[in-house]
Amino acid sequence: MNKQLMRGSHVIAEAATRAGCRFYAGYPITPQNELPEYMSARFADLPDATFIQAESELAAINMVMGASMTGVRAMTSSSSPGISLKQEGISYMAGMELPAVVANIMRGGPGLGNIAPTQQDYFQATRGGGHGGYRTIVLAPCSGQELVTLTMKAFDLADTYRMPVILLGDGLMGQMMEPVSFPDPIDPADLPKKEWVLSGARGRDSRLIASLQLDPVKMEERNWKLVRKYDTISQHETDFESYLLDDAQLVIVAFGTAARIAKGAVNRVRGEGLPAGLFRPITLWPFPANPLRSLAASIKQILVFEMNTGQMIEDVKMSVGDISPVHFHGRPGGVIPTPVEVAEVITGLMR
Amino acid sequence: MAQQVFKRPESLKDNVFHYCPGCGHSIIHRLLAEVIDELGIREKTVGVPPAGCAVLAYNYLDVDMGEAPHGRAIAVATGIKRCRPDLVVFTYQGDGDLAAIGTAETVHAANRGECLTVIFVNNGVYGMTGGQMAPTTLPGQKTTTTPGGRMALRDGHPLDLSRMLALAAGSVYIERTAVTSPKHIIKTKKAIRKAFKVQMDGQGFALVEILSACPTNWKETPIEACKRVEQVVATQYPLGILKDATHEPTADNP
Repeated sequence: MNKQLMRGSHVIAEAATRAGCRFYAGYPITPQNELPEYMSARFADLPDATFIQAESELAAINMVMGASMTGVRAMTSSSSPGISLKQEGISYMAGMELPAVVANIMRGGPGLGNIAPTQQDYFQATRGGGHGGYRTIVLAPCSGQELVTLTMKAFDLADTYRMPVILLGDGLMGQMMEPVSFPDPIDPADLPKKEWVLSGARGRDSRLIASLQLDPVKMEERNWKLVRKYDTISQHETDFESYLLDDAQLVIVAFGTAARIAKGAVNRVRGEGLPAGLFRPITLWPFPANPLRSLAASIKQILVFEMNTGQMIEDVKMSVGDISPVHFHGRPGGVIPTPVEVAEVITGLMR
Repeated sequence: MAQQVFKRPESLKDNVFHYCPGCGHSIIHRLLAEVIDELGIREKTVGVPPAGCAVLAYNYLDVDMGEAPHGRAIAVATGIKRCRPDLVVFTYQGDGDLAAIGTAETVHAANRGECLTVIFVNNGVYGMTGGQMAPTTLPGQKTTTTPGGRMALRDGHPLDLSRMLALAAGSVYIERTAVTSPKHIIKTKKAIRKAFKVQMDGQGFALVEILSACPTNWKETPIEACKRVEQVVATQYPLGILKDATHEPTADNP
């Protein structure tokens, strides 16, 4: 297959287009501006596609909501502060069971923070992010090629489960250029027909898509219905990568950019004869708790490494309980640690 | 044989309105349903109701409807219309929804000339939440958050968003009407009809602001409240056409 050198933000945009996405609304924010820029040009050549530079992140996510109501594959993207603004719409779409893909190219925070790559929005992404106690599927790519596969998968998951899916990257994933190849584009007309869309009540009863339910008993049932859906997702959709785990005594758990750094660190300490391995969650929600728990029984210790002050570590600890000691190394604020730094942490723990 | 001269519009469900006595929503719902029927667009219309008293508009209007967060109806409608330009899409919004929390969405949709029909019901208070001050509340008007009356320099001046929207290059038709008397109701229906026609002809952004009474929160009888709309509210927000840039569709310029 033809490989081309592309920037991460462009890869997401191209992969989304090939997944049949035909609606994009967004608002500029660094470090993901290249994504809407690419989309504006790409969609200009597609007569059935709409690109809107919205007046705000709020407007953008609500435009996506409207597009999704018509059954069109729709997405938006932003970076941390902008994603906070989109939480209103994400909560509504979770409540209305509307599919959408939301890419968060994370930067430093809290507040305005900075524009450097971090993983400081793990909690926000994996705990729903907005009000009302819902979940979103969260996918964490760690390479250009995985941006292709996970972006396309995000649209499938969103449609299958009728819910927003978060593509959680960081400034590095968004900016870095890597060789990637794309599968053939999907024709939106070939996608499974959605029977619930707003299309005008022709030859059928009128439809309503709403999250409002004033009757507490009915609202309770809707909440449990969502939970049943989330349980199904937890059973079927967890995904992770194992690297050199067969003989590992220390396992480093990391996702996204941190996992690439961790892989380099594992290779370094392996060179010194230290049996370390990498467990990389690809779905952050649902978190691959069961495989990690199984793994914990056969190893001596876990090191969680994140580009934040310690967020995924809570899921790791909930997964492994007392089976294995869990250590942490984190660099928040946009500092990109080197494999050497992480290797030193591993070496310190193993020697 | 008796001839039926009045009936429930097909676009109106056979449900009893939950609105208070004297409230304009039920009249406006009916007008909307009549217009949708008369234009023959029930099967290709999608409505977006607001947060507020009319959040339950879908219990009455028998067309496809999609809910929007408070203030975002026009953004949601934009997404629907851009994906399905063949549909007729309207929003139904109150003054708090459209002129406070949704100001940005409203102004920019008008500026882009989104091909939408906006029904803007202005009753000068937040009705559903219990009668707090709205952006449209008149100077001196008592609300639950302006117990001594609205003081412009403390609480802001009454906001005439429709007039601002008339300045937007993308807006095509903006008219302010009332539903306080048969005469005004007939005018309102004409305006709603035109606002739908503007969209169906692909001309751009159309909005009808309808001055409506909220007797419950104004603590007046329905008759007093209607009188207040005509004699007091309409002096702050004069009735009439604020903008009409419509043209007869031609082959070159449909």
